[in-house]
Amino acid sequence: MNLFLDAIAWLADPANWSGPSGVPTRVLQHLVITFAAVAAAAILALPTGILIGHTRKGAGIVGAIAGAARAIPTLGLLTLLGLALGIGLKAPLLALIVLAIPSVLAGAYAGVQNVDSAVTGAAKAIGMSPKQVVFQVEIPLAAPVIIGGLRAATLQVVATATLAAYTADFGLGRYLFSGLKSRDYAEMLAGALLVAGLALLLELLLAAWQRSAARRIAAPARSSSAAVQPESPLVKESV
Amino acid sequence: MKWLSLNWPQVVELTRDHLLLSAPAILLSVLLAVPIGRLAQQRPRLGGPLLGAASLLYAIPALPLLIIIPVIFGIPLRSPATMIIALTVYGLALLVRTAADAFGSVDPRVREAAVAVGHSPRSVFWRVDLPLAVPVLLAGVRVVAVSTVSLVTIGALIGVPSLGTLLTDGFQRGIPAEVATGVIATMLLALFFDAVLVAAGRILTPWTVSRRERLLPQEETT
Repeated sequence: MNLFLDAIAWLADPANWSGPSGVPTRVLQHLVITFAAVAAAAILALPTGILIGHTRKGAGIVGAIAGAARAIPTLGLLTLLGLALGIGLKAPLLALIVLAIPSVLAGAYAGVQNVDSAVTGAAKAIGMSPKQVVFQVEIPLAAPVIIGGLRAATLQVVATATLAAYTADFGLGRYLFSGLKSRDYAEMLAGALLVAGLALLLELLLAAWQRSAARRIAAPARSSSAAVQPESPLVKESV
Repeated sequence: MKWLSLNWPQVVELTRDHLLLSAPAILLSVLLAVPIGRLAQQRPRLGGPLLGAASLLYAIPALPLLIIIPVIFGIPLRSPATMIIALTVYGLALLVRTAADAFGSVDPRVREAAVAVGHSPRSVFWRVDLPLAVPVLLAGVRVVAVSTVSLVTIGALIGVPSLGTLLTDGFQRGIPAEVATGVIATMLLALFFDAVLVAAGRILTPWTVSRRERLLPQEETT
């Protein structure tokens, strides 16, 4: 328990809160790489997932690919890319994008696929074009599950972004690795607490976003107590 | 391939280490998640917060957790116990919800029928609830097994030997073949666990196999 006090003392030390290795800079870097990776994964995987969910074709193949991708150890991917691309941010960013894609993809296609076919049928019957069905019916109804996928991906990426410090001087992982090397366990624990805190904060924010999206589609005119709370299919592959 | 043939004994030893870290963690998560999940399913008022707490546990990043656990339990940072506890925490966080869902998937009428023919509560659990929950439970255990095997590699960063050692060592010495061996061996091990679990599922739920065969007799001839 003494180590916790040391870590808190480390966190309270103003010297650790300024400069290029200060806590605010590191937190900002950590957030930047997290959002960059999730955004890139979303750009690639959301349209693909929505298309698969809409056409209901190829779900088996994508499921298999996503499953295989989850079995790849991220540290392995990172070190392989690191050797190929050299020291820097490119390798961790690519590894994090690969990590984020399965969750985003699964959320998108599961969400769209699970929209009641009676509802999409009705939308078609009143004369909506396929484009309108996708954008005005399927995506809004699938929103909670799609957000669930983004939430799972963000959680994995924010945790795994600590590994970026393995190949680059970037993010909160720096405290873990430099503490590990110099046996400064207070610094390491302080870094660990910062990452865990950041992950919990993002998790709570995204869970609130997901709940509000669920409430919006669950009979908006009636009571909101019936709001469904879809749980995203999480898989621990993060670090 | 050349690297692998030259370093075969080391790879075998690390695979064994990897196995000895992941198997106990998977087993412990199942043994702990089943009673907790059952409790959460039977008492929803208690279960809601319990499942919420479990998913928050899941939000703790692994590398930091590996550093926090030795402090809490007073064990050395580089011991296998640190790794097994951390992996169990994650396995548990994933499995508790699945276990609750698995018991929820058992038809209450079947349970009532079991009580009606004279099963004791304990007997209902062991001979009705648990066997019928196996298919859903198994799906969760398979996910946990794959992710656990993959997560064990992170231990190499704090110095716990596993196939992850090939990743860090290969990276530091600039040997892509060593890293690739580590990645492929880890994935093969995950595949092996998955196959074992699928086989175990077949043995534990013989009725699903026979029903499938009865429904699809044409498959027997092909």
